Amino acid sequence: MTDTVGIVIVSHSKDIAKGTADMVRQMVGSEVKVAFCGGNPDGGLGTNVPLIIEAINQVWSPKGVAILVDLGGAETNSEMAVEMLQPERRERVVVCNAPIVEGAVMAATEAAGGSSLDQVRAVAEELSAA
Amino acid sequence: MSLEPEMLKSLVKAAAEQVIASAAELTVLDQAIGDGDHGANMKRGFEAVLGKLDTIAALPPGEALKTIGKTLVMTVGGASGPLYGSFFLAAGDALANKQLPADLADVFGSGVDAVSSRGRSKAGEKTMLDVLFPVLETLKSEAIGPDLIARVRTTAHEAAARTAPMQATKGRASYLGARSVGHVDPGARSSCVLVHAVCDTLEARS
Repeated sequence: MTDTVGIVIVSHSKDIAKGTADMVRQMVGSEVKVAFCGGNPDGGLGTNVPLIIEAINQVWSPKGVAILVDLGGAETNSEMAVEMLQPERRERVVVCNAPIVEGAVMAATEAAGGSSLDQVRAVAEELSAA
Repeated sequence: MSLEPEMLKSLVKAAAEQVIASAAELTVLDQAIGDGDHGANMKRGFEAVLGKLDTIAALPPGEALKTIGKTLVMTVGGASGPLYGSFFLAAGDALANKQLPADLADVFGSGVDAVSSRGRSKAGEKTMLDVLFPVLETLKSEAIGPDLIARVRTTAHEAAARTAPMQATKGRASYLGARSVGHVDPGARSSCVLVHAVCDTLEARS
């Protein structure tokens, strides 16, 4: 099996993150590695840097990892998580500026075709262009 | 104003305790214009810092600040984690080859720059930067002296109050548009609490 870009879904709500991951899997099955996380360290609404780092490492691929986020704190915490990765992994992880559900489905579908990280990100971010 | 282990411990303890004591107030402010989690998030983060107090106090000052930063990043659970975390990580890095108190403004400025770039934010957007930038200006413009602490305290207090009439253009409060006007920004308030904790501790010791 050729490597595909991994997908990470980061929402303030674990339910939204899981539901989004379910929708992604419905589209791409197991062709693409998908991880999700949501909730603050106490389990309330929020995001959590250690869990984001774990999710990235879980779906790690030499082709890289695309992260889809919902609101501001998810983006800020995801960017922080990326900076805390091993140096050789940092450059191969991007946080997409895209709506979380549509972005994740589009990114995973593109990734399933073997596209590069830049292509996966571009497809997800087209959703934000208009 | 040297940063000996005992002093460092007093500063960190006071900062953490005053943030924790302000949690309810921060929650009320954040409920008005945000998602209401700033108090609980800051409390969780600074309780984790308090839990490592002895370890932190035993470290060289730069490493101590970086440990505080990393602890906040890993435990806060909201955008304020990476924002305050970046402040302490960058200030800790800067402190490695600087001297206190002479380079205080430089060290503090490194932290403020890190917050600005992490949040892609600037002054006037109704954020914690609207306290941090004015405090930095006071540190830059005033020689270290007996009234510096009082001036920093006043600067932080007035700067936090000035966020009330601002309209938020960054963070969750920006979704409210004009309705964000009339409330003090919770991040500006928590920055003020931290600055005041440091002022109180230094004053008590001088």
